[in-house]
Amino acid sequence: MLGKTANGLFWMYRHLERAENISRLVETGQRIALTRLESSDGEWLSIMQTAGVADGYLSRHDEVTKEAAIDWMLRSKDNPSSVLSAISAARQNARLVRTALTHDVWEAMNRCYMQVRERLARKVNERDLPAVIDMIKQHTALVRGTTQGTMLRNDIFNFARIGTYLERADNIARILDVKYYVLLPSVNSVGSSIDNVQWETILRSVSARGGYRMVHGNQACSVDIARFLILDRRMPRSLKFSISKIRDNLDYLASDYGLRHPCHAQVDTLVRRFMSHDIDSIFEYGLHEYLQDILAALAALGHQIEIDYRFYE
Amino acid sequence: MSETPIFDEMWGRDAELRPPYRRFQNWFEGEDIARLRAKQREAEEVFRLTGITFNVYGRAEAEERLIPFDIIPRIISGREWQRLSRGIEQRVRAINAFLYDIYHRQEIVKAGRIPEQAISRNDAFLPQMIGVEPPGGIYTHIVGIDLVRTGDDQFYVLEDNARTPSGVSYMLENRETMLQMFPELFSQNRVQPVQSYPADLRRSLASCAPNGSDAPTVAVLTPGIYNSAYFEHAFLADQMGVELVEGHDLRVVDGKVAMRTTQGYQPIDVLYRRVDDDFLDPLNFNPDSALGIPGIMDVYRAGRITIANAPGTGIADDKAIYSYMPEIVEFYTGEKALLENVPTWRCSEPDALAYVLDHLSELVVKEVHGSGGYGMLIGPAATRKDLAEFRKKLMARPGNYIAQPTLSLSTVPIFTRNGLAPRHVDLRPFVLVGPNGINITPGGLTRVALKKGSLVVNSSQGGGTKDTWVLED
Repeated sequence: MLGKTANGLFWMYRHLERAENISRLVETGQRIALTRLESSDGEWLSIMQTAGVADGYLSRHDEVTKEAAIDWMLRSKDNPSSVLSAISAARQNARLVRTALTHDVWEAMNRCYMQVRERLARKVNERDLPAVIDMIKQHTALVRGTTQGTMLRNDIFNFARIGTYLERADNIARILDVKYYVLLPSVNSVGSSIDNVQWETILRSVSARGGYRMVHGNQACSVDIARFLILDRRMPRSLKFSISKIRDNLDYLASDYGLRHPCHAQVDTLVRRFMSHDIDSIFEYGLHEYLQDILAALAALGHQIEIDYRFYE
Repeated sequence: MSETPIFDEMWGRDAELRPPYRRFQNWFEGEDIARLRAKQREAEEVFRLTGITFNVYGRAEAEERLIPFDIIPRIISGREWQRLSRGIEQRVRAINAFLYDIYHRQEIVKAGRIPEQAISRNDAFLPQMIGVEPPGGIYTHIVGIDLVRTGDDQFYVLEDNARTPSGVSYMLENRETMLQMFPELFSQNRVQPVQSYPADLRRSLASCAPNGSDAPTVAVLTPGIYNSAYFEHAFLADQMGVELVEGHDLRVVDGKVAMRTTQGYQPIDVLYRRVDDDFLDPLNFNPDSALGIPGIMDVYRAGRITIANAPGTGIADDKAIYSYMPEIVEFYTGEKALLENVPTWRCSEPDALAYVLDHLSELVVKEVHGSGGYGMLIGPAATRKDLAEFRKKLMARPGNYIAQPTLSLSTVPIFTRNGLAPRHVDLRPFVLVGPNGINITPGGLTRVALKKGSLVVNSSQGGGTKDTWVLED
């Protein structure tokens, strides 16, 4: 496979995952806005921070409003991580690697792009927001589904998965880091209504409410939430799950090509350093520091993969 | 123009149904117009979803456009096709022999059949190719001969596309779409298949590999996703099961051209390039090109890679050389050309120029190096102002132009809101050339001028395409 193709697959699936994560964050923000009585514009800033798009927003806007925040996250062309930008980038990469995709995947991707572009051509009004977000989630799910259902399990598939899970791990680590202070076990605020809202934000933004309830019941507690999202191996959006998928797929590549690279050593270190402790040790180390370290390690891993598999000249 | 009515391929000149269309007409009479309208929309949806688009240069937004597809097939009888394909084969052989000759001994110039200047002063002539032996002796591996028709038995070659003819993906997708939408038509008519083209192309390319490569690696070279024909490049690579590469994926490693893979550099034996000569090798041709592979020409001259089509083939489809094609065919095959040329005035010759200036409003004038229907004058359709302006250009650089009579091109029916209506068409059959022989896919790409009365079929100027059938007689 061409290095360029590996690069295109990696980024196609990263952008696809990003579009889905961003739309989920918009949904969460809207949900909070509707269920709280006081003004929630401050919460939108926090939502944009978790999405990693707040700085760009603030450089172009004087104030944070719900309408402008939603527009920025869904459809702004100035925001490279808006849903529209991410879907366009995913589709552009899909064109680049078209020979590596099955017909089904290409069509699902192209249809996703055409529909999203049409629905996001104009500002989305509040009444249409739930339907638009549903549409985005359905179409990205269709690309993922055709990928699962029609693609050979070879290096093409591995690079697609590595892109997906690097983005996902990055996303969850960022969400946790923006909200880390509400997860710190502190005597004062346990059970306060503020925390309940914050915790719900976190769980919703990674579609984890149902899963969490199955495992921990109705009683939300910060340590359990942190454990669930960082260390639970059953939760498909936890850090542990995502990182172990990255490692699995890198291992498949190594055995397929018969060659191990520096990135393999790096991912092993990542697992050993960050995934082998319990939640108490993580809090002891410092949750914020821990998450910052993971974000840096993920970025370094992505860079090493680019080098090892010759994404660029 | 003459008073004879225009030849229609379905209804002839006198509204009498021609035999190849009999079964089709039967079917059509039983069809409901509203259903066909829905089918026409369905076809467009299929094309959009599959991404069968072309990019329009100079437009950032809305960059991908559909080439309109017409659901009415163009039908050619097996007998007509046999005659045509004999002519095409003869012409393609002559083109290859001509290319070999002008990059070697130039016998045709020595024999006085072509003036020396027509070669040496031609921009499409590549001095770097002099004396080079392309693997298998083949220059034009893939050719598209543009034909027009004016009567029952009257075909003309309009242009020989010997560089990088495009459009074959539309031929294949048009057929695929028709098979899906109107399967019954293919049960009622015995249509010669075209689907083996990608496999034939790969086999033909592999057979041209340099000596000693028994399982040759083939790749398609594209300028990238912003190129107008990117869809086709990706399509062909995909259908052949080979890599689609860009210049920056390639470099010369150990005397071979190699592509950068996830496992290191892997050598390539045959490169089906869809970039122009100028963008092939910055060391040998255009130093400003970011698209080329530095040093590929040295590998080529050493006989260690096949470039399809060979660099420098443009000299054979140049419009000035075109006018000599009857002589070229005769010189190399010893036979009279089976396919006729459109009579052509070379404006570089004073007598011809005088005639062209006198008859400008009746003629089609084309730039020698132009393509895509740009920069040409269609006399009968031009305003007085157009004519005056063109006259100035023509007098300033006569050598830049050729002129031809306005042919009354045949029409075929297209589907409009009110049913069938005649429109002008041309035909581009696709030809594969290898050491083991010449392979012509039955049919080819029919381009149709969708505007009533228009003669311009180019997709960049409002032309469409349709499925082209060659019947099994």
